[in-house]
Amino acid sequence: MLEDFFNVVRKRFNDDDDKAAPENQVFKCPRCQSQVPLGRYEELNRVCPECNYHGRLSARARIAITADKDSFVEYDADMISCNPIDFPDYEEKQAELRDSTGLRDAIVTGEAKIKGSSVVLGVMDSRFMMASMGSVVGEKIARAFERAQEKNLPVIMFTASGGARMQEGIVSLMQMAKTSGAVKLHSDNGGLYITVLTDPTTGGVTASFASLGDIIIAEPKILVGFAGRRVIEGTIKQRLPDDFQLAEFMQEKGFVDMIVERRKMRSTLSHLLKLHGYTE
Amino acid sequence: MENYRTAYERLELIRHKNRPTIRDYIPLVFTDFYEMHGDRLYGDDGAVIGGVARLDGRPVTVIAEVKGRDINENKKCNFAMPHPEGYRKALRLAKQAEKFHRPVICFIDTPGAFCGIAAEERGQGEAIARNIADFMTLRTPIVSIVLGEGGSGGALALGVCDELAMLENAVYSVISPRGFASILWKDASREEEACNIMKITAEDLVSLGVAESIIEEPLGGAHNDLDKISENIKEYLSHIIPEKCKKDIDVLLKERYTKFRKIGEFSE
Repeated sequence: MLEDFFNVVRKRFNDDDDKAAPENQVFKCPRCQSQVPLGRYEELNRVCPECNYHGRLSARARIAITADKDSFVEYDADMISCNPIDFPDYEEKQAELRDSTGLRDAIVTGEAKIKGSSVVLGVMDSRFMMASMGSVVGEKIARAFERAQEKNLPVIMFTASGGARMQEGIVSLMQMAKTSGAVKLHSDNGGLYITVLTDPTTGGVTASFASLGDIIIAEPKILVGFAGRRVIEGTIKQRLPDDFQLAEFMQEKGFVDMIVERRKMRSTLSHLLKLHGYTE
Repeated sequence: MENYRTAYERLELIRHKNRPTIRDYIPLVFTDFYEMHGDRLYGDDGAVIGGVARLDGRPVTVIAEVKGRDINENKKCNFAMPHPEGYRKALRLAKQAEKFHRPVICFIDTPGAFCGIAAEERGQGEAIARNIADFMTLRTPIVSIVLGEGGSGGALALGVCDELAMLENAVYSVISPRGFASILWKDASREEEACNIMKITAEDLVSLGVAESIIEEPLGGAHNDLDKISENIKEYLSHIIPEKCKKDIDVLLKERYTKFRKIGEFSE
């Protein structure tokens, strides 16, 4: 029953990697099946020019299109996870992923400017164990909110996650309390927190800091929900409609403030920051 | 205590058909229990009950996940798997407790939050997140006790507290052992193996800093002596509630945050 929570989200679309596009290669859109030159798709920051499909972005690529040039200063860049429940091969798995992705864990946090406004930024990266939340993700998020509170800065979190990191057992569940608590203290102090839901945001991340933004933005047609689709289908023994748990569905149900296309994200964030008094 | 039981044996024990539920404990632990219904937003979830009562004469708020013992009871309480309105009822009652300066006592006993269309449509994730965040700063003492199964976020929604106690055979986990096996090894039949590596027993949780206390069960498990286990629960609460109520609330909140803040293992 609970598989949902932690379900590594079914990959609805092919996971595209984050490598530069060699010439003559094409991107085949998993949604509309169009063939687009890969270079063109990359130029559009991984948005399909035919159907507006928003592909997944690496944390670094996201920061590059969101923050002012050279403004990002990373926090806690070297933090890596231990193995709290001695899960077999967990260290090896992480080491491999560190090599293949260049990430230390599933989130990059730091301070940046967006059109001059200073913010604390967190960006999850689904390439690292489906951006599941373990000790490192929890600790970096808690520190990000605590630092934002000290400096009176707003926080913007780009979420993407399969949920809790099962390999860390109950310790990963407790990261939901740690992060939500830090969000609450920042909020009670008057700080602005904007969540940007990206594909996919599910499980324990949906059930903690991702749902606690003062403003909740989503990219179009991304998956957002608590339980995994397969788990729900298994419970109710019928197929769910295709639009179930898409951002538009969640907006209709009252859980998303606005759906913003990637090309408008930076300017939207900048306007919202300035509307809340966070000027240059 | 009978610490020789493996995690899997405990899981079997807490699934015993005669395992007591919160409905058995309430009359033996509290007096003057008045149940309150509904979240004031959508409906009344039978998987979560709550209300006011007295513990040694002191007014308290009781919030609990309810298991059923037969098909009719389970129909009503949905096998103790709450919908968002269950968590929102819990939060409403917790805020009522804060207003009237009553401590909150939560009883956790759930396989997890319900997974279904209606639960998604009404914001299962948001409901759990809101409880976690708001319990963290609730200005009244909170003590939670895991009676049997503490299943993931569905348990944590009643588990942000000043002190967490586990019944001796209770388990608390990030996901059901079955789910763990199914996701990590693509084989749900490896439940027993999962159980025994997940670190889900009362002793495991104390050593990981998640739980503070263990409430001893009668020989063979809680179902063997309802009076005795109720007495043990009451004895624990009679000791811990006055202790937490005596503390300055700002100190208590700081300690509550720190308790969760320090859980996690990383290096840098």
